[in-house]
Amino acid sequence: MVNFQAKLIDSLFDSQIKQKPTRDGFGEGLVLAGEYNERVVALCADLTDSVRMKMFKERFPERFIEVGIAEQNMAAVASGLAASGKIPFIASYATFSPGRNWEQIRTTICYNNQPVKIAGAHAGVSVGPDGATHQALEDIALMRVLPNMIVVVPCDSLEAQKATLAAIEISKPVYLRFGREKTPLFTTEETPFKIGRAEIFWESETSVAKEKTIAIIGCGPLLYYCLKAAFELEKEGRGVIVVNNHTIKPLDEKTILEVAAKVKGVVTVEEHQIIGGLGSAISELLSEKYPLPMKFIGMKDCFGESGEPNELLEKYQMTTKDIKKAVYQLFGS
Amino acid sequence: MAKTNKKKKNNINISSPYPYKNPKIQALDDLCCKIRQEIIEMLLEAKSGHSAGPLGVVEQYVALYFGNILKYNPKEPNWPERDRVVLSNGHYAPAFYAVLAHAGYFPLSELKTLRKLGSRLEGHPHREKLPGLETSSGPLGSGLSQAIGMAIAAKMDKAQYQVYCLTSDGEQDEGNVWEAVMLAAKLKLDNLTMIMDRNNIQIDGYTEEVMPLEPLKEKYEAFNWHVLEVDGHNIEAIIDAINHAKAIYEKPVLIICHTIPGKGVDFMEWKYEWHGIPPNKEQAELALKQLRTLEGRIHSEAE
Repeated sequence: MVNFQAKLIDSLFDSQIKQKPTRDGFGEGLVLAGEYNERVVALCADLTDSVRMKMFKERFPERFIEVGIAEQNMAAVASGLAASGKIPFIASYATFSPGRNWEQIRTTICYNNQPVKIAGAHAGVSVGPDGATHQALEDIALMRVLPNMIVVVPCDSLEAQKATLAAIEISKPVYLRFGREKTPLFTTEETPFKIGRAEIFWESETSVAKEKTIAIIGCGPLLYYCLKAAFELEKEGRGVIVVNNHTIKPLDEKTILEVAAKVKGVVTVEEHQIIGGLGSAISELLSEKYPLPMKFIGMKDCFGESGEPNELLEKYQMTTKDIKKAVYQLFGS
Repeated sequence: MAKTNKKKKNNINISSPYPYKNPKIQALDDLCCKIRQEIIEMLLEAKSGHSAGPLGVVEQYVALYFGNILKYNPKEPNWPERDRVVLSNGHYAPAFYAVLAHAGYFPLSELKTLRKLGSRLEGHPHREKLPGLETSSGPLGSGLSQAIGMAIAAKMDKAQYQVYCLTSDGEQDEGNVWEAVMLAAKLKLDNLTMIMDRNNIQIDGYTEEVMPLEPLKEKYEAFNWHVLEVDGHNIEAIIDAINHAKAIYEKPVLIICHTIPGKGVDFMEWKYEWHGIPPNKEQAELALKQLRTLEGRIHSEAE
């Protein structure tokens, strides 16, 4: 059942559940960050409305810089601003930033160790009709492979707001990943959030044996479908632990290993290539410290395409049904 | 009268045709010669690194750090009111390090540790290792962007410091540079000055053969920058240009410094092959001999 400590909303599986894009949470969080700390500045590459930076721009015009469609410049300018004591946020679609400006992020932000916050919007296939060139599926891998970079993938709009605010307290580069579509809003203000700490959102009764329990470790809006899968699996008599692993780097090794000790196998869930993302990070940890059978939900080394978000998630096998299927496979049934 | 005759007699093969009247500038010219020797020594000891560019650029860095222009304090590298100097073309490290050492950021004796494991003098500068560096550089094309970030911060904070970006001509091939050039002009960053070493070489050959840059001045002017051009080996002219830049309103300034790559060493001058290799023992000996001879001439002329 739902972990009470997670303080998720009541009526978690209400068909009329409130939906809000994670990018909205970023936009709101950025304004709050600006109000909280006058050193916060923001840069955008001609996408202020879409990446929700417009509110910050209107609230703090003297702290906003429009660089035009120039993501490489945007990253390095942010580095210079950070060197001068500012806390810069840069935002564009995640395919372009990081992506086009990966080397500038590597050198001017990570190697220079400047605390720039990189907001990658329009992540995942659920970006929809724009098609593959605008659906970022590699950004988690690109960012986590860089020393000094912290990688956070919030599960809903409220968590996105919290993550944006929390990022300014860390004097290191941070990558934040957001989606385009409205996704379920299922956490509350009281839901614990700390960068670097994984949260248990669902745990079956402890009397359920290890052999009958699987862990589902997810990040981002797909986490909601992990919870849905857990709900259905529990009704079928299976034990499930669902972990909200929003911080891919640094991984909360303690929590993950504690969970691993209680389960027969692990399914990871992300709207990202299986290669190099959350699944890889978890398997790097477990294979060394607690080897367990694993299954990975994510893009299977191919590009997305145009379509409606739900159609694409269906086609590329990242739905509740697919998560359950992976769990059944781990149970050997 | 006698002095003029002496000048004429010694006028052949002299690489520094500027017997400066001003003793202070003459002293800087002398320092340039010393630094060229130190560059050769550093590269010989390191057994790798870039020769031609660093040798040619010396007057620019000396003018900036010792021409009574730059606001800085080597005892307080992070002094908030300091002028910022961003080295964009990081491979010019040997020259930059030598100037920083003379400026007092670290001991001259440390120069010979260039590129060695454990040294603070990385092959391409790393700001976390050595005081006096605002950025880490090497990849080319993002120095101006970082300098712009600093210039914007200064404007936001109504701070008075100037921002200098040191760059080279080959670097202009990078698209990132032009993104930055556009932004600097858009934001009217008149507290930003770019000093470009125009030595006409890059790795694969002469710039005008690899990727022609001319008309370079007009390109920058078309992008709404103010452009000055100087003889890159004339310290006085460089100092004048940098001071002139401070008076330009609402436009960033580019100072194109025309230089001879490999300046001071006759078998390196104008040879792009010397872009990225160090001299061996025999070559270094020959180079040092030429530079010491030049130093001797500068001394005798000053008498």
